[in-house]
Amino acid sequence: MTGAAIEANGLGMTYGRKRGWALRDCSFRLPAGRICALVGPNGAGKSTLLALAAGLLRPTEGTVRVLGSTDRAEIRPRVAYVAQDKPLYPQLTVADTLWAGRELNPATWDADAADRIAAPLPRDAKVRTLSGGQRTRLALALALAKRPGLMLLDEPMADLDPLARHQLMGLLMAEAAEHSTTIVMSSHILTELEGACDYLLLVDGGRVRLGGESEDVVAAHALVTGQVRDLAPHTVIESRTTGRQLTALIRPDGPVDAAAWDVAEPSLEELLLAHLRSPDAPPLLTPSAHAREAVAAA
Amino acid sequence: MAESAAVEFRIDRRSGVATYLQIVQQTKQALRLGVLEPGDRLPTAREVVEATAINPNTVLKAYRELEREGLVEARRGLGTFVRRTLGSAAVTTDAPLREELVAWTLRARAAGLDRDDVSALFTAVLDSTFKGDPHT
Repeated sequence: MTGAAIEANGLGMTYGRKRGWALRDCSFRLPAGRICALVGPNGAGKSTLLALAAGLLRPTEGTVRVLGSTDRAEIRPRVAYVAQDKPLYPQLTVADTLWAGRELNPATWDADAADRIAAPLPRDAKVRTLSGGQRTRLALALALAKRPGLMLLDEPMADLDPLARHQLMGLLMAEAAEHSTTIVMSSHILTELEGACDYLLLVDGGRVRLGGESEDVVAAHALVTGQVRDLAPHTVIESRTTGRQLTALIRPDGPVDAAAWDVAEPSLEELLLAHLRSPDAPPLLTPSAHAREAVAAA
Repeated sequence: MAESAAVEFRIDRRSGVATYLQIVQQTKQALRLGVLEPGDRLPTAREVVEATAINPNTVLKAYRELEREGLVEARRGLGTFVRRTLGSAAVTTDAPLREELVAWTLRARAAGLDRDDVSALFTAVLDSTFKGDPHT
């Protein structure tokens, strides 16, 4: 069995007692080698979760183990984190920024990768003169050239035009294919990530509500339509009644009666929207997404 | 770098067909059309994902499926290579089957079926005959 890239146990974070919990009671596991979509509405706790995994924040409670370690000084060299605002030094040129990347990561720096990704950028331009999309490209060049075991990208594609998005996503996927890098990408637009990701974490209201292989998470649900009647023993996530017709998203417990219901597989997007509209639906983690320490302790 | 790959894949995200199946189907179509021949190298997972921005595991899943069907083989460190062609011999040169189908089609037209009727009937028979077979 492969190890975990991230394993969180009872992870919680608050930025001050008065401001409530940004993240609370999060336990999940992300197996190594996956490309994970971290989705959720604005303010759900996605950025907090990424900053905790990057070792930039100290959790208020619980632990997060990254690439097998909980020591933040040990984690940071092996993780690349690109924050939402792409923090770079505005006074440095592109060339200076890449030089600094090499000096700061002497052991692992991949100059070819850095040059390849940064190729369209003018070398002598100061960072402050770059467009948002160009800054994203430079930040991704630094992150990839570091050759990390885990890449944490907060809204990486938000500033990019469709062509640059496709190209940079292709580069990320190529890196992942070649080096088995684990990648976590956050977005509140799922379609941006759907084809690229094979793992899913839905964070909402500071909690993890869905976690696991995208295929398995989808397969655990069914969209049923039929005459209004009781859906027990299945778990109903969301249901809607129009006249005599009932439409519901359920988590089947055993086979669904195909004579009584028209059964279809929901799309990932339908699934996420249904969960976001139904905050009381129970969370679902597939077996690979269960934190092992929690299992052992239980 | 080895010799360049013989085909490239187009991924249609709106088709509703699973991405890995699109790769399987396009490979088979290339085999049927003779675009791919035994000994040809399929693009590496890296090449495919760099061009299409899809997940690498999706490509590997498609190649495993093609390998399971005996159409391609993975050679360690070299890539994935075509082992055999698909059905083209029977489709183009099996005259008796073709003749029977021509005769049947002429009878169908004589019986008053138009092109769409014939196509619908043929598809229905095809579906029921091959029901349960994988990916056909």
